[in-house]
Amino acid sequence: MSQTILRTENLYVSIAGLPICRALDLTIESGQCWAILGRNGAGKTTLLHTLAGLRSPDAGRILLEDTPLATLPRRAIAQRIGVLFQETDATFPGTVLEQALLGRHPWLGRWQWEGPSDHALAVEALRQVDLSALQDRQVGTLSGGERQRLALATLITQVPRLLLLDEPNNHLDLHHQITLLDLLCRQARQHKTAVMMIVHDVNLALRFCSHLLLLFGDGETQQGPALQVATSETLSRLYRQPITRLDGPHGPVFVPQ
Amino acid sequence: MKPGRVLIGLAAASVVLLALALAVGSVPLSLPEVLSALAGQGDPLQQSLVWELRLPRAASAFIIGAQLALAGALMQVLLRNPLADPYILGVSGGAGVAALCAMLLGLAGLLLTASAFVGALLSTLLVFGLAHSRIDWTPTRLLLTGVVVAMGWGALISFILAIAPEAQLRGMLFWLMGDLSYSQFPALGTVILLLTSALIWPQARDLNVLARGEWQAAALGVEIQRLRWRLYFIAALLTASAVVQAGSIGFIGLVVPHLLRLLGCHDHRYLLPAAVLCGGSLLLLGDTLARSMIAPQQLPVGIITAFIGVPLFLYLLNRRVQ
Repeated sequence: MSQTILRTENLYVSIAGLPICRALDLTIESGQCWAILGRNGAGKTTLLHTLAGLRSPDAGRILLEDTPLATLPRRAIAQRIGVLFQETDATFPGTVLEQALLGRHPWLGRWQWEGPSDHALAVEALRQVDLSALQDRQVGTLSGGERQRLALATLITQVPRLLLLDEPNNHLDLHHQITLLDLLCRQARQHKTAVMMIVHDVNLALRFCSHLLLLFGDGETQQGPALQVATSETLSRLYRQPITRLDGPHGPVFVPQ
Repeated sequence: MKPGRVLIGLAAASVVLLALALAVGSVPLSLPEVLSALAGQGDPLQQSLVWELRLPRAASAFIIGAQLALAGALMQVLLRNPLADPYILGVSGGAGVAALCAMLLGLAGLLLTASAFVGALLSTLLVFGLAHSRIDWTPTRLLLTGVVVAMGWGALISFILAIAPEAQLRGMLFWLMGDLSYSQFPALGTVILLLTSALIWPQARDLNVLARGEWQAAALGVEIQRLRWRLYFIAALLTASAVVQAGSIGFIGLVVPHLLRLLGCHDHRYLLPAAVLCGGSLLLLGDTLARSMIAPQQLPVGIITAFIGVPLFLYLLNRRVQ
């Protein structure tokens, strides 16, 4: 049985007066994996932040497990929704393990310190993203791809029900793009969680995601099961770039002309 | 180094340096003499020397150093800028202008201190109001507002010095440079330090998350807005309290938090108490040296803290790189 994790009703989001979506009704259910596609500046990140409750919508409401998101304290939201940002900050020193342990923050009480079970979760998350060997390294000395994997490990340590990922494949090499997206989407199916990610690679989205949400940049949106939404006409219009569909042994592939 | 060991080491250093500060001076005392004077026994002259002169001054130095280091650690996370120090947002400038105005009006003693304190808090509110007037709050906006307001205070101070009567000029410059010579026991400073520590330490884990960025912190369940203003006002209160006691003493608020981070205190649950102990010890040592190195003449304590701190900091920085 799949359950609704996040639902939007009549959502209107705009940035600097330009609409990103009008009257968006979106239902994200457990086990689903969504991709948000759109041109640069179409408002993908803004929408993602709105769904995370980090900024308020212009109109409409967002329900997290049937509770209006706006009424929930940040801590309660953080126990259910985890966000991967485009940028990571290494202004101040800290070790890789310390950073991963930050994922436990919403689960710990005011006076509580991280216990053995929290450490075990962080260590396991670091193993999953291939960072076990770098556990005691300073965050500032990591490469871009390693930092991205660390951010993913922090997110896994947080064990949210909905993962909102802003370009999770950023800085990642080909091997880690495939293994890590596969890991996240497989966990979503197995553990009844959900993933929503912004990606620029249509084929990566089709490979891992069950559903697509297209943002056309003028307030128009389109959503549905991935293979129904992704046609060469729609994608050509979305990216303002002629795109051809090729049918390969592993399903359709879209290439720009 | 394990952060717990750093804390224990700093606590031990604080006790040793306090004993040293009580023993060193124009009349040197031995450790047993210091202890018996503290216990209220032995030579009455030694007792009054310890209780009335050296202890108030040592306590002032420790509390002021602790306040500055704690304020610096909080300010650096708030502005997410490693170069932030307690004075960056104009608190000392506001205190200075108010103090000089009070001197022009002929105020002295407690009234002078009170007006400096009011000036510091007014400056805090001014920067807060100006930075808050827009919805888009960013650390950069607060930083720029604070720096520009501080420059305004600096110009006002120069203006007052330029028009002030000759007879008052020396007293004004003396106040601005800061001095620990006439320290009373820092009762108010101690209360402020304890109170603010009690308010902010329970949120130390929030600071760990905030250090990784405001969005990240919000996504991990921190109520950013509330934490931000709490940090801001606590740092300003600590700085105001330090400034009215001893003027502006540079270096400690900027460098002590970094020194501790280099020693492995990344976690603010360790870093904040460590900053209190380390800032206190450093200023206590600096003041002891400042009044004894070329006695009976005294050196400005800021020079000494920089003489100790700069090589120590550079050594730790380079040790890390290797």
